[in-house]
Amino acid sequence: MQTLNSILFGWYPYLCLTVFLLGSLLRYEREQYTWRSGSSQLLRRRQLVLGSNLFHIGILTIFAGHFVGLLTPIQVFDALGISHGFKQGMAIVIGGLAGLVCLVGITLLTHRRLYDPRIRATSSFADTAILLMLFAQLVLGLLTIFVSLGHLDGHEMTKFMSWAQGILVLQPGAADFVADVNPLFKLHLLLGMTIFLVFPFTRLVHVWSAPVWYLGRKGYQVVRTTRTLPQSGTRPVQPAE
Amino acid sequence: MKIRAQIAMVLNLDKCIGCHTCSVTCKNVWTSREGMEYAWFNNVETKPGVGYPKEWENQKRWKGGWVRKRDGSIEPRIGGKWRVLSKIFANPDLPEIDDYYEPFTFDYEHLQKAPEMETFPTARPRSLVSGERMEKVEWGPNWEEILGGEFAKRSKDANFEGVQTEIYGQFENTFMMYLPRLCEHCLNPACAASCPSGAIYKREEDGIVLIDQDKCRGWRMCVSGCPYKKIYYNWSSGKSEKCIFCYPRIEAGQPTVCSETCVGRIRYLGVVLYDADRIQAAASAPSDRDLYHAQLDVFLDPHDPVIARKAAEQGIPSAWIEAAQRSPVWKMAMEWGVAFPLHPEYRTLPMVWYVPPLSPIQSAAEAGSIGMDGEMPDVRSLRIPLRYLANLLTAGDEEPVAKALERMLAMRAYMRAKTIDGVIDEPVARKVGLTGAQIEEMYHVMAIANYEDRFVIPTAHRELGADAYDLRGSCGFSFGNGCSGGESEVNLFGGARKAKTPMEVG
Repeated sequence: MQTLNSILFGWYPYLCLTVFLLGSLLRYEREQYTWRSGSSQLLRRRQLVLGSNLFHIGILTIFAGHFVGLLTPIQVFDALGISHGFKQGMAIVIGGLAGLVCLVGITLLTHRRLYDPRIRATSSFADTAILLMLFAQLVLGLLTIFVSLGHLDGHEMTKFMSWAQGILVLQPGAADFVADVNPLFKLHLLLGMTIFLVFPFTRLVHVWSAPVWYLGRKGYQVVRTTRTLPQSGTRPVQPAE
Repeated sequence: MKIRAQIAMVLNLDKCIGCHTCSVTCKNVWTSREGMEYAWFNNVETKPGVGYPKEWENQKRWKGGWVRKRDGSIEPRIGGKWRVLSKIFANPDLPEIDDYYEPFTFDYEHLQKAPEMETFPTARPRSLVSGERMEKVEWGPNWEEILGGEFAKRSKDANFEGVQTEIYGQFENTFMMYLPRLCEHCLNPACAASCPSGAIYKREEDGIVLIDQDKCRGWRMCVSGCPYKKIYYNWSSGKSEKCIFCYPRIEAGQPTVCSETCVGRIRYLGVVLYDADRIQAAASAPSDRDLYHAQLDVFLDPHDPVIARKAAEQGIPSAWIEAAQRSPVWKMAMEWGVAFPLHPEYRTLPMVWYVPPLSPIQSAAEAGSIGMDGEMPDVRSLRIPLRYLANLLTAGDEEPVAKALERMLAMRAYMRAKTIDGVIDEPVARKVGLTGAQIEEMYHVMAIANYEDRFVIPTAHRELGADAYDLRGSCGFSFGNGCSGGESEVNLFGGARKAKTPMEVG
């Protein structure tokens, strides 16, 4: 049991992170033409406008929550005087609400992907699989709320923070932090890591390219040239990513 | 003054017979692929009609082009940068494929494999998207061919603005024209402006607007941004695609496929010099009706020795300056004033221009329902077609269109007098502000339309920018990774980086 735990929560995270980072880098380097969001809005507008908006707003909130919640050192919260119980309460309320928003969205999107003839026919295996994985992950995450409600002191939550931060700083034995948590949490962690594992092979890569740089573009137009012109100020404008 | 050159196009609608050869040859070369079946980089519409996609000119619905704000600046009608990003999860202004049409094929195989039956086997339609049976084909890229369908539906045409319904109803059977459409390769492209990835760019050398297929992420804002709806989202590759102005041909000095194959010889290609520093101001002109004239002011006279010298100083090859001086586009747009931009009110400063058709005027004249002004039919007495053409070409300003039509009628009268009666009718030329010599040149370029007069295309000078030796033996036009040397400057796996493909710019 001890071995299995250290394989799944001590070694597997590194496998997933390696594939996630290296896979993304290689695909970005070698397969730019496949690097896209894969929108199917053109083919069917119905269910997408509401579904996609709810899904993305929900999941971005959840992602930000996990990122800050798991990776901020515990000492920072202690120094700010935020008690573990209060932090967990925040996570349950905000995460729960965002999770529900996301759930409505992903339900619409999944229904559309599985039952709309146009979308079904034009979906790749990866398109459907990643959507179902995210759906399952979201449901698991929402179910853990009920476990969390059983112990509101925030102690359980600090285990996950220690684990995540331990993995990140290559701390040996980080897997021990989560050895005795509820199986629901373990499933949530495993599926979460697996999503990182398959990330580079799915349309999820578009997350890397969220076009926030657009806001910083000078003016609106983009002009490119192969020519090296004599006067200054006409160097090719590099496109914002 | 920042002088740039662009290969621009003029289409002489007076000679378009609506044969669709341009559309078909374009389709065969560029969009006969999965994901692009519904897309026509070039299509020919019958007007009046709602067009393809449906009601593309209705910008209240599709929000294409630019709007001028109260402070005098312009921004895409779909919104500024924050607004565009806020719509990125689901674009509320994106047409659905049914607004174009659901692409279809027919079960041809059934014709060969059907068992013996009492009735003839038929090839029924099948969707090219879902693969499912389509009981009925409801719409196509040219559903309104030769005024097909009810007038009530076609009268949703946005160019009827300012015309009372009951009055234009009387033109139901007499007023018809063809409008071939392609990407306008605008000076102020709204597609490029609304692309959050910066994948759409205008080439400085020849003004062709392209989508970097590697950099496009499929955010699909460009589809909404373009008021001409000439950007097509490829549902298979997840990238947007558009007319590339056949740039591999243009670079070699050849006309685009649509121009080359036009049996009516209605298309012209030539160089126009323009001042890039004036684009912003011209596109921000206060009134919609100022935009046509504002765009004329952006163009630079290649015959002016000062302009020619400055252009050379700024790196424009001499062959291009000479081509600009012989440009049929310059002649029709600037010298004779017979070519106009399509919907200048979109503020994109389009570079594919149109000579308005005489057919509505001519047919009314033959029917005797129009006054004669000496030798020529009185154009201005035909208010509704004039208004319609003005809404199409000059944001509603009838005067320039009337003048152009008069000049074309004068050309006919002059040449008829010359060839039939053997008389040089100089007064008819002067009446429309031209000389006999100008009219003869007009006749030569617009009526005779020899190949070398229609297409004055200088070759590209790749050697000025790219290492042409490096290109030798490299990949040509292709998609995907087959030819890519990788994204970064160094090869990730060691060794020298492969040469750039001819498609890569910047």
